[in-house]
Amino acid sequence: MARVLGTSIKRREDPALITGRGKYTDDLKAEGMAHAAIVRSPYAHARIRGIDTSGAEALPGVLAVLTARDVAAAGIPGVVPVGWLLPDLKTPAHPMIAADTVRHVGDAVAVVVAADRYLARDAAERVAVDYEPLDAVADVVAALEDDAPAVHEEAPGNVAFDWEIGERESVDAAFASAAHTVELDLRNNRLIPHAIEPRAVLASYDSSTGEMTIHMTSQNPHVHRLLMTLASLGMPEHKVRIVAPEVGGGFGSKIHHYADEAIVGLCSMKLDRPVKWTATRTETNLTDAHGRDHSTRCALALDADGRITGLRVDTAAAMGAYLSTFAPAVPTYLYGTLMSGQYDIPAIHCHVTGVFTHTTPVDAYRGAGRPEATYVVERLMHLAGEATGLGPVEVRRRNFVSPDAFPYQTQVALAYDSGNYGPAMDRALEMIGYDDLRSQQASRRDNGGKQIGIGFSSYIEACGLAPSAVVGSLGAQAGQWESADVRVHPTASVTVYTGSSSHGQGHETTFSQIVADRLGIEPEAVEVIHGDTDLVQFGMGTYGSRSAAVGGSAIARSVDKIIEKGKKIAAHLLEASADDLEYEDGNFRVAGSPDRSLGLGDVALQAYLAHNYPDDLEPGLSATSFYDPANFTYPFGTHVCVVEVDTETGSIELLRYAAVDDVGNVINPMIVDGQLHGGLAQGIGQALWENAVYDDSGQLVSGSLMDYAVPKIHNLIPFELDRTTTPCPHNPLGVKGVGEAGAIASPAAVVNAVVDALSPFGISHIDMPLTPEKVWRAVNS
Amino acid sequence: MYPAQFDYRRAGSVDEALSLLQENEDAKLMAGGHSLIPMMKLRLAQPPVVIDIGRLDELKGISEAGGSVRVGSLTTHADIAASDVLAAHCPVLAEAAGHIGDAQVRNRGTIGGNIAHADPGSDIPPVLVLLGASVHLQSPSGTRSVAAGDFFQDLLMTDVGEDEILTHVDAPALGAGTGAAYLKFEHPASGYAVVGAAAAVTVQGGRCTGAGLVVGGVSATPTTVDVSSLVGTDLSDDAIAAAASGLDAEDPIGDIFASGDYRVHVGKVYGKRALAAARDRA
Ligand SMILES: Cc1cc2nc3c(=O)[nH]c(=O)nc-3n(C[C@H](O)[C@H](O)[C@H](O)COP(=O)(O)OP(=O)(O)OC[C@H]3O[C@@H](n4cnc5c(N)ncnc54)[C@H](O)[C@@H]3O)c2cc1C
Repeated sequence: MARVLGTSIKRREDPALITGRGKYTDDLKAEGMAHAAIVRSPYAHARIRGIDTSGAEALPGVLAVLTARDVAAAGIPGVVPVGWLLPDLKTPAHPMIAADTVRHVGDAVAVVVAADRYLARDAAERVAVDYEPLDAVADVVAALEDDAPAVHEEAPGNVAFDWEIGERESVDAAFASAAHTVELDLRNNRLIPHAIEPRAVLASYDSSTGEMTIHMTSQNPHVHRLLMTLASLGMPEHKVRIVAPEVGGGFGSKIHHYADEAIVGLCSMKLDRPVKWTATRTETNLTDAHGRDHSTRCALALDADGRITGLRVDTAAAMGAYLSTFAPAVPTYLYGTLMSGQYDIPAIHCHVTGVFTHTTPVDAYRGAGRPEATYVVERLMHLAGEATGLGPVEVRRRNFVSPDAFPYQTQVALAYDSGNYGPAMDRALEMIGYDDLRSQQASRRDNGGKQIGIGFSSYIEACGLAPSAVVGSLGAQAGQWESADVRVHPTASVTVYTGSSSHGQGHETTFSQIVADRLGIEPEAVEVIHGDTDLVQFGMGTYGSRSAAVGGSAIARSVDKIIEKGKKIAAHLLEASADDLEYEDGNFRVAGSPDRSLGLGDVALQAYLAHNYPDDLEPGLSATSFYDPANFTYPFGTHVCVVEVDTETGSIELLRYAAVDDVGNVINPMIVDGQLHGGLAQGIGQALWENAVYDDSGQLVSGSLMDYAVPKIHNLIPFELDRTTTPCPHNPLGVKGVGEAGAIASPAAVVNAVVDALSPFGISHIDMPLTPEKVWRAVNS
Repeated sequence: MYPAQFDYRRAGSVDEALSLLQENEDAKLMAGGHSLIPMMKLRLAQPPVVIDIGRLDELKGISEAGGSVRVGSLTTHADIAASDVLAAHCPVLAEAAGHIGDAQVRNRGTIGGNIAHADPGSDIPPVLVLLGASVHLQSPSGTRSVAAGDFFQDLLMTDVGEDEILTHVDAPALGAGTGAAYLKFEHPASGYAVVGAAAAVTVQGGRCTGAGLVVGGVSATPTTVDVSSLVGTDLSDDAIAAAASGLDAEDPIGDIFASGDYRVHVGKVYGKRALAAARDRA
């Protein structure tokens, strides 16, 4: 049989999705279903003096109007918890429904349930909330000022946490003796994830059984069930089933547990009937956790040869109004730990202040901490290339961790298991035609007019979240292993139950390839089940580029167990010793006796027809694994962006984008390329267009797609992709993960390219997004 | 995105649409619905009655007669962009329509709806003002026409009366020796024009005999730039740049993407480039 691992078989998910037959949460209907509309604060900060629900209740067809009072009366915990703790983390309560204070525009203050969704909206407009507006602060730097309005009394100075990693003294020493130093103040712009499918939930409570089924847009149904039952609704976990039907993108925003889903659950419990809520696009923008929003001061010290001797980073990271599920982890353990980049840096210190602001909470968004870290390191490397005169290529090469130094222990906790950085850079230069481009650039500079620039980003990421012991010691409230139950049916077809829940990535295709390859069967003979807490044993879900490396490895382990079990059954049937059996291409063979063999089908059938088995052999052919990785995986690569800048208007045109990524072994090249394309679109979007803007009063002024620029296909160019392959040494598949690489690498590549184009104007930095006006002002200042 | 309650009426003729307008206070006409429906979904518009005129074939179509082109108000942007008649007689209008939104928007949106809505970032208004087009309106009391330059009154405000329907637009065909161009600086989020520059020049015997420049996006309504200094010149780059730099807007509009000052600056640059493109086509 031809190998299926490493081949671009088409995504089995697509026929249903592209013909409109995919069933998303909002497509689902239930008998007696009612609709919820959530009343939200129009103020960033206000005291609630009173709420008059009578106008809404008076509308015929309105079934209930609930406020914080009803949450209290229900006797449930009623809060939205944070799932990751740091030392001295301030954890002010986040009530499901705000009781007396609202802390961001969009904070829930009441919910209306009505017979249809239009009526629910009409009624929501009639809920009269008496607000006393208070001063608000939306900006992460302003929130740290002495006289800033307080978001929570429990967090003086709006500080949620104060965290550091590395050694301050050795970094100070490195700077004191440096031959070159470069420094930079930068903003990492706040982003709104913008999954195409808005968040939605259909909660169906049945008082006769005390059971509730919740269909919802989830990247991790088991995690949602845990948080929903434990902290919000106070229901026994075994009475709640969470199902994620088709999920139309998440990018992190559907990891987190939100107030809205819990509110709808409460409505269903109160009314004893199914209740549905689907966020409008406006609500999506106001309530889906945002990403990034850092203000950072950073500096790099180098010796006379251009070798890095020290890196110093000080970041204020916005948390928003409340701590979202994984929020404290993102700017700390997924950020500070990445500061060594691809480089051998002897001294690093990173200090991060988590800051409450009167804004939508901030949490993991594609890349989560790693794009921010890459941006810091790679922007500094660009400046270092200039300051040392080595240029962007040589300064990087000179500092790459050398291929024989792996495993490489960084100064910021992570130990890189493998890597080989030079070849990815070489290949990128070759693809882009580097020397040619530099001479084109020189002639443009001589002639004036539109300028071209070349920008690099040599990134590293830690993904395959996560080795549980490591993340546990770092504050996670949960291990991050993954489970897989693989069942071989009597006819040798296979069903996989994975805890890694797909929301567009193509798990069903990829995972079927893993099983087919290992078992020597056709991928079509493998079904993949995910996203249902009643069907799947347990799972941590899909985020952090973990599905192949952790979820896939769990599947591989289970397949290996099945093969071992199959050998025992075959040995029994063939009257041989299990130790003498080999498994290849779907057949169990007795070593050295090629005629004594049984196909998987024979063995599977006999596994279920078992009637004369020895005592130590159980019937059945299935296996469950809970795979906990030994380390993170460390994809890396070099991206090169070429831009043309119209200095007369400040407009930027992308000319080329070449990416060489090393994601380890590749299961399905087409899917890997697709993940890169999507990540690149989002990273380039961050660099050039995307920006969540709040005004001083805390209003989100880029709250609609008329103002918030998500990249569209005509804004982008064909990407030039290639790979090097350094397999992960510690998982059974040698895979590393690719979901976030594009978003991690690209912002720095784009900004470096623009700054490179504008270096004749003395420009060394412009904050993202690089809108034409900002570029034009920089050129003219 | 749920509109408030409204009644839907479909008109079978212009006359029926006019009487429905009279019978229903605060009713709104709906052509392609691509500006009206978004406003209703945001509840910025809450008309009690929507009168659908989208199927009135009598208001669709493009024709040319006696040196003038006529475009029915319900003609879609896609039809305008693809029109042979316009390609031959007034290609700049087709060029502008081709810049609108995406294929879906162009297939639904109409020229009448576009100019009646009068978004300052619309692509059609500056072109109509440049061309000296006339807008034709019908009411129960008769018909009238108004010059495009007077039609646009303010942000989202036009000369269409409450009881009127916009029936068609007439524009003079571009004569021999005349070149025109529309250049758009697109908003990355909305796709509307941050700045849209419409320019035309007429060249006879190597000399400019007429020139016009109208810039959209800078002010609430299209801004006409006095480029008469080009007449008599050979349309050198320098002369064009000097003429375009005459763009002036007292109270330029701005948003988080582009400030007023910046829009004026880009208007000058795009005005210059549009004039140069028009020259090269003349
Ligand atoms: C996603 C998107 C992108 C867009 N991008 C652009 C762009 O790049 N450039 C651009 O110029 N436009 C753009 N538009 C707007 C588009 O051109 C609309 O089609 C146009 O503005 C309105 O035309 P319509 O036929 O849809 O009008 P409708 O939405 O039906 O009506 C708009 C208004 O005009 C009135 N009206 C309509 N027809 C008549 C009539 N015959 N007589 C009197 N009043 C009438 C209506 O009552 C209403 O007030 C975009 C729209 C969308 C949704």
